[in-house]
Amino acid sequence: MFTRESHAIARTFFLVALSLFLMVFDWRMGAQNQLRAFLSVPLAGIQYLVSEPVQGVKKVASVLHSYQHLLMENESLKTDQLKLQAKVQRLAAIESENRALRAMLRSSGNVQGRVLIAHLLAIDSDPFVRQLTLNRGHRDGLYRGQPVLDAWGLVGQVMAVNPFTSHVLLVNDPRSGVPVQVVRNGVRAIAVGDAATGGLRLVNVPQTADILPGDQLITSGLGENFPPGYPVGRVQEVDRNPGLQFATIPVTPAARLDRGGQVLLVWPDRPEQPSQPQQTGSATENPVSGAPS
Amino acid sequence: MTDSVRTRSPSRKRVLLTLLLACMLTLVPMPLKLIWLRPAWLLMVLVYWIVMFPRFAGVGVAFLAGLMLDVLTGSLLGEHALALTIPAFLIMRVRMRFRFFPLLQQALGVLALVLVYQLILFCVQGFLGQPPVTSAYWLSSVTSMLLWPWVFIVLDRWQRHIGPV
Repeated sequence: MFTRESHAIARTFFLVALSLFLMVFDWRMGAQNQLRAFLSVPLAGIQYLVSEPVQGVKKVASVLHSYQHLLMENESLKTDQLKLQAKVQRLAAIESENRALRAMLRSSGNVQGRVLIAHLLAIDSDPFVRQLTLNRGHRDGLYRGQPVLDAWGLVGQVMAVNPFTSHVLLVNDPRSGVPVQVVRNGVRAIAVGDAATGGLRLVNVPQTADILPGDQLITSGLGENFPPGYPVGRVQEVDRNPGLQFATIPVTPAARLDRGGQVLLVWPDRPEQPSQPQQTGSATENPVSGAPS
Repeated sequence: MTDSVRTRSPSRKRVLLTLLLACMLTLVPMPLKLIWLRPAWLLMVLVYWIVMFPRFAGVGVAFLAGLMLDVLTGSLLGEHALALTIPAFLIMRVRMRFRFFPLLQQALGVLALVLVYQLILFCVQGFLGQPPVTSAYWLSSVTSMLLWPWVFIVLDRWQRHIGPV
């Protein structure tokens, strides 16, 4: 008992130092932290344990005011609609590309690869972390850096893959950057997350760039992490302050990042490099080392 | 005193169970408007065990619980571990006095502890460049204070009246 008390200070110092070390380590390693991946395997059960009753309650509530078959029909229709809307997004992008007379049809023709619907786990993450937890993981063949869409646009990318769950880094997280282009004229930029507003903003855009409020932004496909042509957001306003080197351009995300429900995982076909290991699901590290982040 | 404590001392399983429950309460989805009102469940449960049964919970347990919370909520690994270790240490220093406080006075102590906990998280987030933008962030300590008497009574009753798990 007494030794316990007298060791408490030393023990606390050790634990504080250890947690500081862990924080620096995690910050430097980011999503490649194997320790986190290792720890999250047994803890995934807790996440399901919280998520299932919450979703169960929602389901019971919907059964109470609708017939069973209507419910199932509704479910399947929603799934179909999500897939169709994603295709419609592609069509809008191809149209604009045609209009610009760019020879990009070659690359956009093979974007529609394999897709998979994933559900969000009904759990809250840390309020400072803009991430989602999905009910898909290794066993479904997810890989790090994989694009995630919803019916309205780009949601983010897969940040960490565990056997049964995976985490998605949302486009409005400050750590996220998406190469985009303006649909109207093809001006390119990078859209990064903005912690203060919860939206996105374009960085390093010259004052003279031809970007107007209301311009629609789509993924440009540069960087090869995201397939080209998916909606990212809409330009809110363009603030050309002559005192600053670059224009300040906030962007409203197209995807509904704060809604629960389903998202779409995409396996874009990459003709220029063999991408088979991504689809096997066993080799998760290969695409990570191959893809520029 | 020691004997009476020992006869109704909890099992480690029970401590673990309450910590897991606290983690789950932290994960339960809340409406976006109420997100800052979420009380520091894990810290409250830890305070109870440290004050009442220091043989079963201390800074080590607080550290591990924080690590678990970090993995579950996706925050920086070690962030909550640090933020729980230091209040756990503080409450260990004063636990004999704290134990015999009336509940309302204890609640004020919990308010101070949760503020320490939030201050550490605030500093870490500040270092990361994303401090909370709203001052509603600090409301969590108030909800924790208001809930403390209930948490204490529930844990204490469960602890006394039901046999070992």
